[in-house]
Amino acid sequence: MTAVENMAEGRSAVPPKGIGPMQRREARLAFLMLAPTFLIILLIVMGPLLANFWISVKPVGLADLRPPSVLVNERVRGKPQAAGDAVTLEYRLRNSSQDKEIRNVVLKDSLPDGFTLGSTPEACTINGRQLTCAFGDVPAKWRERLRLEGTADAPFLALERPGRETEPEVAGDADNILTNFEFTFENFRKVFDGDEFWGVLRVTFYYTIFGTVGALVLGLFAAQLLNTSFKGRGFLRGLFLFPYVSPVIAVAFTWVVLFDPFSGTLNALLTKMGVVDAPINFFGQRAIEFSVFGLPLEFPLALTTVIAFEAWRYFPLSFMFILARMQSINTDMYEAAEMDGATPMQQFWYISLPQLLGILSVLFLLRFIWTFNKFDDIFLLTGGNAGTRTLTVDVYEQGFALSNLGAGAAVAVVVFVVLVTFATLFLHFSPKEEGL
Amino acid sequence: MAYTGSLIALVCGAIWGTVVMLVTGVTLTLVTGEVAVPQVGAAALAGALHGFVLVWRGSARRDLNAHVGAALIAFVVVTAFSLAAPFALPLDVVPLWQGVGIFVFLGALGFANAICLKGVPLKAMSRYDREVVYIRVLKGLGFVVFTILVALPFYVMVMTSLKSQQQLLANPLDLSIDLSQGVTSLFRSYVELFTKYNFGTYLMVSAVVSVATVILTLLFSVPGAYAVSRLRFPGRALLSRSVLLIYMVPAIVLVIPLYAVFSQLGLRNSLTGLLIVYPATTIPVALYMLQGYFRGLPAELEEAGLMDGLSRIGVILKITLPLSLPALASVSLYVFMIAWNEFLFAFMFLDDPDIFTLSRGVVALNSSEVPRQHLMAGAVIATVPVLGIFLWFERFLVQGLTAGSVKG
Repeated sequence: MTAVENMAEGRSAVPPKGIGPMQRREARLAFLMLAPTFLIILLIVMGPLLANFWISVKPVGLADLRPPSVLVNERVRGKPQAAGDAVTLEYRLRNSSQDKEIRNVVLKDSLPDGFTLGSTPEACTINGRQLTCAFGDVPAKWRERLRLEGTADAPFLALERPGRETEPEVAGDADNILTNFEFTFENFRKVFDGDEFWGVLRVTFYYTIFGTVGALVLGLFAAQLLNTSFKGRGFLRGLFLFPYVSPVIAVAFTWVVLFDPFSGTLNALLTKMGVVDAPINFFGQRAIEFSVFGLPLEFPLALTTVIAFEAWRYFPLSFMFILARMQSINTDMYEAAEMDGATPMQQFWYISLPQLLGILSVLFLLRFIWTFNKFDDIFLLTGGNAGTRTLTVDVYEQGFALSNLGAGAAVAVVVFVVLVTFATLFLHFSPKEEGL
Repeated sequence: MAYTGSLIALVCGAIWGTVVMLVTGVTLTLVTGEVAVPQVGAAALAGALHGFVLVWRGSARRDLNAHVGAALIAFVVVTAFSLAAPFALPLDVVPLWQGVGIFVFLGALGFANAICLKGVPLKAMSRYDREVVYIRVLKGLGFVVFTILVALPFYVMVMTSLKSQQQLLANPLDLSIDLSQGVTSLFRSYVELFTKYNFGTYLMVSAVVSVATVILTLLFSVPGAYAVSRLRFPGRALLSRSVLLIYMVPAIVLVIPLYAVFSQLGLRNSLTGLLIVYPATTIPVALYMLQGYFRGLPAELEEAGLMDGLSRIGVILKITLPLSLPALASVSLYVFMIAWNEFLFAFMFLDDPDIFTLSRGVVALNSSEVPRQHLMAGAVIATVPVLGIFLWFERFLVQGLTAGSVKG
């Protein structure tokens, strides 16, 4: 009974319980408006996420994506000159797969006009001009020639390309490795067994942590520079955002060209000016060895250069957010501090930094996750060589370079699991007042 | 300490002498192609004396004479201590450029020292005043370092694209433009990319894909954002919080299943495939940015519209959307940038050179058979449109991003 009815019957008015019809209509409208978004995200994000788990436990390679099928080729043998001459139609059939059988293979074609079949092969049946041949189950690498002997009449001779008038159709069931129920843990075993996996994991964390911190520190410094107003500030702010806005392929290849050991500008500068003796292969050398007090140490050169690129490319993002936050800090506090005799460093340390802590922690978590997810940068700079292979590059390496989709998906599962851990932390610690 | 001011003047001057000399020296090298080795020691000494003179004379009265005198002293010192070769080049090699270099060195040194040492006394200074000077020096260094760090790669990109193979091999340090060769010769890499490497098509494909992604994203995310920000339904709070989580799903995790499925559906090597994937990755962030903005609009306006007999759709079209043009603009720009710069899916999905996007096309140039200047010209072609659009609408973009949401 609704509130209106209650009132009409003279009882005391009580607020309606549960969801009323108007609210239900509103909710329905909301779901209707959200439906397309849900649908596409379900299809393109959630679906593949689950499918990735599925693929990771299947022995599937890149070549398995093309399902095995029977290929057929039809030819005419013999050169009939006059009506009544003998002619042979030949079908060549072949299983495209090297290791999979195909079941219930059936060939269908219609006989060309003017062709009179002599004897029907035992596999085939004729229904009018329709030819149907059943081959049953065929093994891998199977080949077969089907010959139809007969005579040609006038309409056949008139055909320009006899045998090509109708395309033969072949049907057959083959196992699609992606959809059958054959599972294996081989992929995961391979991923975790390899010596390189733990190295990859370590590199990933170095890259993520130092790349994130580098971008944040550079961004904080750049924001300090542009927090005062001066001529040319707008220009500099635009310029500082360039690395972030430009396409990753453009800036990555520019860095590669700039740091090239043989023809790069930077190495030419360093060698010609006498800073270093020989050119340095910034993106190709795994490590520089040196020793401190007889202790042999390694400096991971390529990894450091890649991290520098990461910090360079993404400092504009933190710069933008930190600057926006700084400009919203109330200037009264600085005036009061000034009156109290606080020095500029003290003002930065005790006023600005605490105010920026919220946005800094949010940026750290976001950038941490995004740096962890990053694939393009390293792939374009080093291709994952010289000790710079991160988990994301490993996904590509296993899945596409080594053509083992299953192993790639297994690495992707590891990526996802680590990421879910981060995301949980992120949700747990995200400060609510920053509006993220 | 009694003479802190003097010490600060000397140190500050020495720092600027070193930095300005390094920058002028390297710039001179890149502009002329002659290897100039900046004489840092001499420059540091000259800078220190310059700073000291400025403070000594300037503390009494600010006048031009002090500046000119300090510059003269710096000039004499830097020349004398570098044995009349401040760039370690004989005087008859590019004498004009060397002159300009010295002039710029003195000018920049004077400018930096004058700003940093403004109001510095010869004698003792308070902690506050000292820190003011430190911060000036730090900021000055920051400006120099950041500007070079950001601008140098772009400068190298553009200049390399304007070179020929012989010029690059002959002297990788020469990044000047030789205007005497004529326009067609200067832009030969670009001409070749557009005539032989199909870059006109790539440009078109990239533009079509990016614009279509923007349109599709808006079509999906505007109703969604409106529903999340205005309509009440169960699960709304959870949704508005979790929509950004979608954005944290790494593309590399999606790429293998999408590759497998799209291959079997015949969508892989097609622009349709890209136009399914791109909006799916941009819709969550667009929805997030838009719902933040919609929430800030006064609900009373929409309620008035509803009272006057408009339908919900009418309210969105006639009230909400016109009011949120700035947000729509910034979201569109942002999505455009993502789609234009996207690399992974274009690289994985597209095999057919007729439907390459620019990103995919430039990657195809990265082989040993294609000369480097072509690669850099491709990079310039991919960068210029998106940078141009960005500069045009920069204010929109920065405000929209920082007000509503974020992205990596």
